[in-house]
Amino acid sequence: MAKKKRRSMLYIPGNNPAMIQQAGVYGCDAVLLDLEDAVALNQKDAARILVRNMLQTVNFYDTEVCVRVNNMHTPFGLSDLEEIVPLQPDNIRFPKTETVEDVKEFMKEVRRIESEHDIEEPSMTIHVMIETAKGVANVYDIAAADPRIDAITIGGQDLTADMGIIKTPDGVGIDYARKRIVMAGKAYNLDVLDTVFADVNDEEGLREETEYIKKIGFAGKALINPRQVDVVHEVFNPTENEVRKSYRVYSEYIKNKKAGIGVFAIDGKMVDAPVVQRAITVLEYANIDLKEIEKSVG
Amino acid sequence: MKNAIGVEIPEYIEGLGKLEPFQGVWKSIIEDEVPVTNISRTLKAKKPHTSKLCDTLEDAIKKCNPFDGMTVTFHHHLRGGDHVLMATIKILDQLGIKDITLASSSLTSAHDGLVPYVEKGMITKIFTSGIRGQLGEIISKGKLKYPAIIHSHGGRVRDFLTGRIKPDLSVLAAAAADEEGNATGAHGPSAFGSMGYADIDARYSKNVIIVTDNLVEYPCVPCTIRQHFIDFVVKVDSIGDATKIASGTTRITKSPMDLRIAKIAASVIEHSGLFKNGMSFQVGAGGASLAVAKFLREDMKRKDIKGSFMIGGVTSYGVDMLNEGLFHSIFDVQSFDAAVSTSVLNNPNHIEITGDQYANANNCGSMTNKLDVVVLGALEVDVDFNVNVITGASGEIRGASGGHSDTASGASLTVIVCPSFRGRLPIVQDRVHTVVTPGESVDAIVTERGVCVNPSKPNLAAALKKAGVKVVDIRDLKKEVEEMTGLPAEKKLGDKIVALVEYRDGTIIDVIYNVENLS
Amino acid sequence: MTPKFKAQAGTFESSDIMILIEPVQPDTGRQVDISSTVILQFEADITKTIIQVLDELEIKDVHLIAKDKGALNQTIRARVETAIKRSLGIQKGTL
Repeated sequence: MAKKKRRSMLYIPGNNPAMIQQAGVYGCDAVLLDLEDAVALNQKDAARILVRNMLQTVNFYDTEVCVRVNNMHTPFGLSDLEEIVPLQPDNIRFPKTETVEDVKEFMKEVRRIESEHDIEEPSMTIHVMIETAKGVANVYDIAAADPRIDAITIGGQDLTADMGIIKTPDGVGIDYARKRIVMAGKAYNLDVLDTVFADVNDEEGLREETEYIKKIGFAGKALINPRQVDVVHEVFNPTENEVRKSYRVYSEYIKNKKAGIGVFAIDGKMVDAPVVQRAITVLEYANIDLKEIEKSVG
Repeated sequence: MKNAIGVEIPEYIEGLGKLEPFQGVWKSIIEDEVPVTNISRTLKAKKPHTSKLCDTLEDAIKKCNPFDGMTVTFHHHLRGGDHVLMATIKILDQLGIKDITLASSSLTSAHDGLVPYVEKGMITKIFTSGIRGQLGEIISKGKLKYPAIIHSHGGRVRDFLTGRIKPDLSVLAAAAADEEGNATGAHGPSAFGSMGYADIDARYSKNVIIVTDNLVEYPCVPCTIRQHFIDFVVKVDSIGDATKIASGTTRITKSPMDLRIAKIAASVIEHSGLFKNGMSFQVGAGGASLAVAKFLREDMKRKDIKGSFMIGGVTSYGVDMLNEGLFHSIFDVQSFDAAVSTSVLNNPNHIEITGDQYANANNCGSMTNKLDVVVLGALEVDVDFNVNVITGASGEIRGASGGHSDTASGASLTVIVCPSFRGRLPIVQDRVHTVVTPGESVDAIVTERGVCVNPSKPNLAAALKKAGVKVVDIRDLKKEVEEMTGLPAEKKLGDKIVALVEYRDGTIIDVIYNVENLS
Repeated sequence: MTPKFKAQAGTFESSDIMILIEPVQPDTGRQVDISSTVILQFEADITKTIIQVLDELEIKDVHLIAKDKGALNQTIRARVETAIKRSLGIQKGTL
């Protein structure tokens, strides 16, 4: 099965009904209904109740739905879980994860609530957010801390604050953290997702940053405005040329496989398993059905 | 009698005469003989070297011998900033003139001041393409003596030619004019760009007064309005509020929902088969409609497409596309912002056209007939693809027909952009409250929740599906939206007809009844 | 249950509804005052939704004031629930 695309994950403030009721139509791959930083401290209860009602009624179409809850060390974290976990959104995003113990504590509550609600085969996965220096230091262990974790993400604003530095447009201060988190994610086959780009009006800045994070291994980026979706998709979508090449690689691979040949060459360049894997990824991003190619070859 | 879309149309209305029911978009024009009375121009005479200049608007009006029951006409190029229409009505009222037929190409928020004149019966009939604000409310409540006639921009020209509108006095504001009445909207402190809708008034009215705040040395160039039609010229201090006439440049909306709808609409155009070199194009000036131009502009650059012409209401955004070479020319009947005036004046490929050339159904081919793609808005749409742009949620008159039905009838691809609901009100209905543009001339309705394609265009639906555009059945969309919003209560209507919607061929496509409650 | 404190929930933004709760004397029943941008189209629906939530939360005596800007049912439900819970002192929020 093709992996779900997570090029664009749009944050939507949890206390904003106008935006939540339209969350499924912005064309992003996922929405992040936010109960944490986008909600004022004195509206946490209102947002939680609103998101709970919305999850039950709004059609999000094929957009993945993730809820960002508050950290368990706040007065809101447990209440968030009590109300949201029973509804099993596609994922829960857990902020400010610093240690394996954080994950264990959190997952204990998640499992308890699921069991109390007789949810025997929970479908909901977990995204852990790394937003502190300590979290970055422990990220390899965190990534392996629970099998329900399927993505790991960096929170740039909080991380720079924690490091006592200013976030600069070149992102140089969080570059090490980004790369370390990517490695940890890749090591455990998790999607690695990037932080937001705060200046909604700077389309070129967003494009540059997205091109960069794509190069170093991120699968997608969190967004704060629907207007950012197109740029991010353009960056992550393969070019026509890439698709054409990958199509050729994959059809040759199928042909050769039938003939029992594992490694072959196209235009004098060796094609081995990693090249085929890369071609498959490109074709999946281009929404091309691999089975169709297999049929046309054979 | 029932018209072709099943609306009961009275055969006769006192004060307005016999009515013809709508038969279909092209039926009366193609199959019937070209109609009725044809009005000839008024014969006028003037000795050499006599002056047309009058000291005041009142003097000029008096010289035109106003009378009870007369028809007074205006253009709406000053939009929300117009002072000339109200000034004229006040003078006529002071002169004791009654029972006036008002025929302005449209009425805007600048004309709420008409309310008392309608209420006291000084104005008894209105012909126009749009009515808004408080004026719309009182007409909706039945305060105008005879039903208002809502025509299209093209239909207005036809109404002059058939004598349905018989102009006795036309008071036409100009941004620059000379002593003989050569006039333009393209320059001056109150510049408003094209003056296209005023052309028919100038040609056919028995008395024409040019009013300007910018009397220039003879001759005024360019001369959109020509001196041989003009009886009198008045210099005034101000023709209106320049900031509301035309200001700055038009910006593309930042509303995520409008942008999303526009993006989908652009992909509909891209995959319609019409997106190629030589494409002609029109968009509206607001919201999602104008935003389509933004995405189309990007697509045209990416695919190296060069269009033919743009028409219609023109914004600075269209001018930018002309200057970038994305289109060959602009045919401009109405300009929406200040930046357009400069282009009208300086760019030979930015051509001012008349309402007649733009959209009249009864000439040898208006420019709307050459349109490939038009993108239009809607207040409501229905499962038969009919579009309402005139009445609001309570059934009150609050919008404009404008060039909606004109462009839809001519364009190869008519795209309607609208959200599937607005503030809990579902936009897709079983039947729109008022049909302005018949579904027969609508090809696709684009909402944020998918594209509905008219069943008469199966090839378009197939092409869009193939390209990955989400195509939905309009009845399914209606059901989906109603599940979100709930079903609104039925409108409470009276039994008095307060307005008639005239299709561009002069037939009646819908009637508007009075409403008791306005929200 | 009986509301103890004045409380409110929601905003005046489009697609939202502001709910104000005023405690009343026991056995005075429910008074629900609604104003809405879509009052002509949805008065009955809005009333029904509010009453349903009051029933579910077993609130018998209350003065509830709703100022609606076209909120969908689930938003109305959420805001009434939040306001009532705040007025019962179960949850913290703004007054």
